[in-house]
Amino acid sequence: MSAGLHGSLGTFAIFSAVVKRDLLLALRRKSEVLTSLFFFVIVVSLFPLGIGPEMALLRIIAPGVLWVAALLAAMLSLNRMFAADHADGTLEQMLLSPAPLGLLVTGKILAHWLVAGLPLVLIAPLLGLQYDLAPQALGVLVFSLLIGTPLLSLIGAIGAALTLGVRGGGVLLSLLTLPLYIPALIFGAGAVEADISGLGAGGHLSLLAALLALSVFFAPWATTAALRISLE
Amino acid sequence: MLSTSDLACARGDRRLFSGLAFTLAPGGRLHVGGENGAGKTSLLRMLCGLSPPDAGEICWQGTPIGQLGDEYRQTVLYLGHHNALKDDLSALENLRTTAALAGVRVGDDAGVDLLRRAGLAGREDLPVRILSQGQKRRAALAHLLWSKAPLWILDEPFVALDAAAVNWLAGIIGRHVAEGGLAVLTSHQEVVIPGGVPQTLVLSQ
Repeated sequence: MSAGLHGSLGTFAIFSAVVKRDLLLALRRKSEVLTSLFFFVIVVSLFPLGIGPEMALLRIIAPGVLWVAALLAAMLSLNRMFAADHADGTLEQMLLSPAPLGLLVTGKILAHWLVAGLPLVLIAPLLGLQYDLAPQALGVLVFSLLIGTPLLSLIGAIGAALTLGVRGGGVLLSLLTLPLYIPALIFGAGAVEADISGLGAGGHLSLLAALLALSVFFAPWATTAALRISLE
Repeated sequence: MLSTSDLACARGDRRLFSGLAFTLAPGGRLHVGGENGAGKTSLLRMLCGLSPPDAGEICWQGTPIGQLGDEYRQTVLYLGHHNALKDDLSALENLRTTAALAGVRVGDDAGVDLLRRAGLAGREDLPVRILSQGQKRRAALAHLLWSKAPLWILDEPFVALDAAAVNWLAGIIGRHVAEGGLAVLTSHQEVVIPGGVPQTLVLSQ
């Protein structure tokens, strides 16, 4: 054996290796990353074109349209979360890792958010301009997406793990996950609406943050359980 | 020491095997044989702890593997049908990631050296996608060169390898066993592995 070539890695180093690997893979396959981003941009831009320059109407529908588009864009990349790792056998190696699977799954979810969620947050204010949103409303929109998109990745991971290896899993994944996204949609879009109507977005954002805290705790655990069942 | 008692596996209504019992001591090698579909891969996955047995028990050093958790996962090295390589990463990146997942740090130079020993000199930085089937297998088998796990579970390790690589791999397995390691493997090819006579187990319905 090659003694002296290597040392041992701590749990956090294993976690960051998973995140780094997934980011590197995303970098090598830019088209997959850009697909969901372009989808988001195009869907959001279609509404003003279809409705026409009715500023009052656009301002009212803006939060809902942006949030629904974000949900659908996040959905697009979900089925890739574990499917590729499952197909090439790397998921089995993760299950056999001495590090807790929940931690590795959290790493994958974090990478998914960085690749599929964060770009949506960053481009949202630009798209919001098409809807004549006030600067403060744009700020609330970005903030609500910043709290909300990790929630989408976390909940989506459970669905992706449950539908792993199922034929026609893509459609099933949408049917399974979209209903679970409803609370995020209500509080996320609600925050922006509340801000526009002058009620203050604090309540909605707090509830959204509470949902995030809850799912950070439970989603990796549920995803781990689902993965173990799928891989039996 | 790996031991099983009264192990059974069923797929749907069909019973693949039952009442399987064996003990593998350090320095022991177990060849699992049987026709296609006899349950060899299912047995190997059970031994890894990837799927629970339908009946019976698998013990490592006398303790059921379900109770050992991460301690057992550090003990096992599993190479399945899939190479567990990412097509878009290079052989070196794959090696370092797989090692990191197993909790082993492999530096860049050490990684290049290991790949050279696996017969991939000069191909360390190519994406695995463009390597040949045999080269991919070699990249996957580099796993054996850095692993500290005493129990190797190898599913058809000789598939897709050329004669030289088959000899190289047989030598590595032989050395591992000679150093007190354990190996469980399936193979449809007749390969002479140095160092003693292996235990054999033939699965049949």
